[in-house]
Amino acid sequence: MKKNVYFGLYLVIAILIVLPFVVPNSFYLDLVIRMAINAVIVLGLNLLIGFAGQISLGHAGFLGIGAYASAVLPTHFGWHPLLAMGAGAAATGILAALVARPIFKLKGHYLAMATLGLGIILNIAIRNEAQWSGGPDGMPVPAMGLFGFELSSDKQWYWVVALLLSVSVWASLNLIDSPFGRALRALHGSEVASQVVGVDVVRYKVAIFVLSAVFASLMGSVTAHYVGFVTPNLADFFHSIELVTMVVIGGMASVYGSLVGAVLLTALPQALATFEGWETVAFGSILMLCMIFLPKGLVPTLAAKFGKGEKA
Amino acid sequence: MSLLDVKDLSIHFGGVKAVQNVSFSIDSGIVYSVIGPNGAGKTTLFNLITGVYKPTAGEIRLDGEPIHGRSPNELARRGMARTFQNLQVCMNMSALENVMVGAHLRLDRNLVKAALRFPGLKRRDAELREEAAELMRFVGLDKFVDSRADAMPYGALKRMEIARALAMKPRLIFLDEPAAGLNPKETIEVDHLVRKVADSGVTVVLVEHDMKMVMNLSDRILVLDYGKKLAEGTGEEVRKNPDVIAAYLGAHA
Repeated sequence: MKKNVYFGLYLVIAILIVLPFVVPNSFYLDLVIRMAINAVIVLGLNLLIGFAGQISLGHAGFLGIGAYASAVLPTHFGWHPLLAMGAGAAATGILAALVARPIFKLKGHYLAMATLGLGIILNIAIRNEAQWSGGPDGMPVPAMGLFGFELSSDKQWYWVVALLLSVSVWASLNLIDSPFGRALRALHGSEVASQVVGVDVVRYKVAIFVLSAVFASLMGSVTAHYVGFVTPNLADFFHSIELVTMVVIGGMASVYGSLVGAVLLTALPQALATFEGWETVAFGSILMLCMIFLPKGLVPTLAAKFGKGEKA
Repeated sequence: MSLLDVKDLSIHFGGVKAVQNVSFSIDSGIVYSVIGPNGAGKTTLFNLITGVYKPTAGEIRLDGEPIHGRSPNELARRGMARTFQNLQVCMNMSALENVMVGAHLRLDRNLVKAALRFPGLKRRDAELREEAAELMRFVGLDKFVDSRADAMPYGALKRMEIARALAMKPRLIFLDEPAAGLNPKETIEVDHLVRKVADSGVTVVLVEHDMKMVMNLSDRILVLDYGKKLAEGTGEEVRKNPDVIAAYLGAHA
């Protein structure tokens, strides 16, 4: 991996700085914020799926923990939003670590089933604990205060999310090109080869699963505060699948692919709204065509086509 | 005391007794070869010693300490390295990175420091990159230092596995048919390479079908047939052993 992978990061930062001045109205600014939030989640998930070669079909469940921690703890217990966010992330991390050890004894379809089940259980818990979570109707989330001033306008949220995204891209690029990251990619490439050079395979799978779950939880909290309202749909199976689809369409094991996947799949339903009732069909068709013609995902396929370009 | 002691080692897969009551010892600093017809249990023996399989019975000791049943990554910690008969290469990485993975245990593997790009970590990585390139040149892969693993020919990947194993700085290296599928010229190069590795002080355990190479390199040879030990000794002793001749030539004694 060469130095120039960081060039993409500078480009991302440049785009993020210019963007708020060129978006025509608040509708688009809202769309951009949601793209950026998804991008951070997808970055974490791509570390798990694309780089380490594992799968999670339950990540929306972790997102749900973060979102509901930010809704429930300040509302019912008067916690500071930042503390609630941290508590959600910590709870997610502990839960992910606890279930990961037995889960990662499994491979392939079994791993997919186990994570799927975990996500569904979390969603059911949120739906059923109506006295805390408002049940299927969801609940409002108190505003996020940051060092005395309140995050309220979309512009403020934009800068917070843009900063989070830039840092996440930077950290992901650093991680994959480090001893830790190489071990992750190696256990994807050949589990037995990585074992015989001393990689404790289960430990690394658990670590990256926990990391990506915590990413999802933190961004769940951000989503909750930004939207100001949470519903169990945030944590449902379809949202998990949507996140995995972003990874696959954008490009497995590609940092910039994660961004492209998140941006496209967040925008696509909006763009397809003109199809009136047929948008789901159009959406599905586009995904199928992508998988048939760009099986490695957009960014890796295009990067290979145009020779150099980013390999990260 | 020998470096590696194997005593009454057996493994059964259902009714198949792939390795049965095999015992031998390997002294430090030698080249020890394991030969035998296809299906004799050579690779299974490697997989047992390096922790990929767990034995049904018997014991394996490294420096007198029992190591059977331990996982491959624990054995790596104790200085055991190996290559594979059927390549185990990380095709999703560059050749150089494959070799760098070999140094895994010698590096700071902290996640947080990695994500925050600690300067010390980066510096060590840059040094390692040099070291790995040097190792690739040592095994004769000068041309492939900047290649992707999935763009390299078979013979080069076989040698890349040796470079990866050497990056561990092992005391004991298991080479599973390093010359299989190579042309005569490449075979001679691998022959020289194994000699160089042995001369650098690493104990080499070799599985190989190329008899010229085995006879040329080995200090001692173990002959397996149908999972059992048929003979053990120096090249000369093994060559004259009537059981070995019978197994290889199919003659009836």
